[in-house]
Amino acid sequence: MGVQPEEWRTPSRQLLTLRRLEVGGLALLAAIGLAVVGAGSGSSAAYGLAVAALVLGAISLPVVGRRYRSWGYAEREEDLLVRRGVMFARLSVVPYGRMQFIDVTAGPLERTFGLATVRLHTAAASTDARIPGLEREEAARLRDRLAELGESQAAGL
Amino acid sequence: MSATPPEHWHRLHPLSPLVRGGRATIAVFIILIPIAFGRDSLGRETPQLGVIALIVLAGLVSWLVTRWRIEDDDLRIETGLIRRQSLRFPLAQVQAIDVVRPGLGRLFRVAELRLRMAGSAGATARLAYVAEHEVEPLRDQLLALARGARHEEVAPAAAEKLEPAPQREHVLAVVPTGPLVASILLENWWLVVIFVGLLVGLVVSPHTVSGLLVGGGFIWALSMATFVWRRFNQQYRLSVAEGPDGLHLRGGLVALTAEVIRPGRVQAVRLVEPLLWRPLGWCRLEVDVAGRQRRKGEGEAQRGQLRALIPVGKRSLGLELVDRLLPDRPRELSRPPRRVFWKSPFRYRALSWGRSDTCVATTSGRLRRVTCWVPLEKVQSLRHVQGPIQRRLRLASVHVDTAGRTVHATLRDRDAAEAKGALADLTDLARAARRRPALN
Repeated sequence: MGVQPEEWRTPSRQLLTLRRLEVGGLALLAAIGLAVVGAGSGSSAAYGLAVAALVLGAISLPVVGRRYRSWGYAEREEDLLVRRGVMFARLSVVPYGRMQFIDVTAGPLERTFGLATVRLHTAAASTDARIPGLEREEAARLRDRLAELGESQAAGL
Repeated sequence: MSATPPEHWHRLHPLSPLVRGGRATIAVFIILIPIAFGRDSLGRETPQLGVIALIVLAGLVSWLVTRWRIEDDDLRIETGLIRRQSLRFPLAQVQAIDVVRPGLGRLFRVAELRLRMAGSAGATARLAYVAEHEVEPLRDQLLALARGARHEEVAPAAAEKLEPAPQREHVLAVVPTGPLVASILLENWWLVVIFVGLLVGLVVSPHTVSGLLVGGGFIWALSMATFVWRRFNQQYRLSVAEGPDGLHLRGGLVALTAEVIRPGRVQAVRLVEPLLWRPLGWCRLEVDVAGRQRRKGEGEAQRGQLRALIPVGKRSLGLELVDRLLPDRPRELSRPPRRVFWKSPFRYRALSWGRSDTCVATTSGRLRRVTCWVPLEKVQSLRHVQGPIQRRLRLASVHVDTAGRTVHATLRDRDAAEAKGALADLTDLARAARRRPALN
């Protein structure tokens, strides 16, 4: 697709921090839990598993970084491009005229980081275009811009 | 709101609750018959009579509180006693209009009018039931309004003058009964195998088989039988005709359906060739219309299944009809590169795709061959996907998303460069197609 690299926008850096915290926190919690079990029962297997959880978390961190960097979106004249995925690389093209509605959601964790997810819906259920980890102002700007473009280019079914 | 005075409210046919009750109505009659004959047992039957009276009352109330009228370009239906509902259906968004006549409805000479609207919420306007002689003019009137005619021009009186309209339609195909039965059995050949197996088993060792039947097998057999019956009932003598207001589908054995699909509302077309049909050169042609209809009581026969234009017919006939729907369909399909064999050895031979300036076609399915056509002006979004194995083999897939329910055209396992190019091409062509005023 004829998109200059500089036209791609990426989610906020905060998303990377959030995802790292999620993965790291989960690994740490699992390790602590297993270590407690190990201390209680004196089994070395639990300690082993605790170390494994930590190692797994450490390995996942770079993957999280790659996944974060794979996200991107570009607002072109008549359509929105959304790319994502490391293992399964996906690129969606959604014409503004086909958008039925846009929703902006923010979970509790996202909210503490001041982030939101913008999701586009078309009449096709299989359309899969969402952009997570946008700063709140950017999410609002994108939502308003998409709504405006969608209205001016709307096409019937 | 324009200055047109709204027409007065209409009620549904007084026998509607009776027909809607369906099997329950028949059951009630069966209960009533012994009571009517053996008068002395009246005392013992009082509880049953009370229940029947309640049901009749409920039906009567539901009939009394339901009314409808056409307001400018909307159909408005008001219903409900406690939870009053006022529904407004903009006629410009009608995708298709069905006339359904269930068995009981045919007995009482009433029919149901079903307006399928766009939108994934699955809204369907139902007028159940309207007197048989009023249904056709009403449908023509609604179709004319949906086409954008002014309200005054198509008042019911004028609609009656339009009566000879059906003569202008041109029948394209009628499904013969013999092949229909054969095709249903061939497509569900494993059902036939199991059935024959049960029969043989019944002769050889009745004990085991009856044990099987009692242990859930009976319910399964019954549900399968209903499935086959429904299919047959719905597709019996189905005819496709081309009329001025769209494609007309008519057919059915006990329950008659007549459906009009408005031109330009077809989201996708699919040609299916199950394994055992292929030696006979048979195919099934299905069309996908926007909007889902999986609500309760929504004509169970249509749930989860596309509208078949030709339930069974020669491949050449199917392709002829595709040409009518999509005159510019791609003629040449290209095969994927040879190395796809390593990724999907079975599918490899069945995959192909092609495009013209207005339409994209894909094929897939080794055993059950499926060919999909999607008109480019109906494309909702495009997706380019590359999985880990595909990356290793320098392959990628492009998905074409449509508003239809099930048809999904996928350019599976193409050369990576070709897939990128196809994504760009299809994006541009779809944009151009959207801009063109609908020709169809």
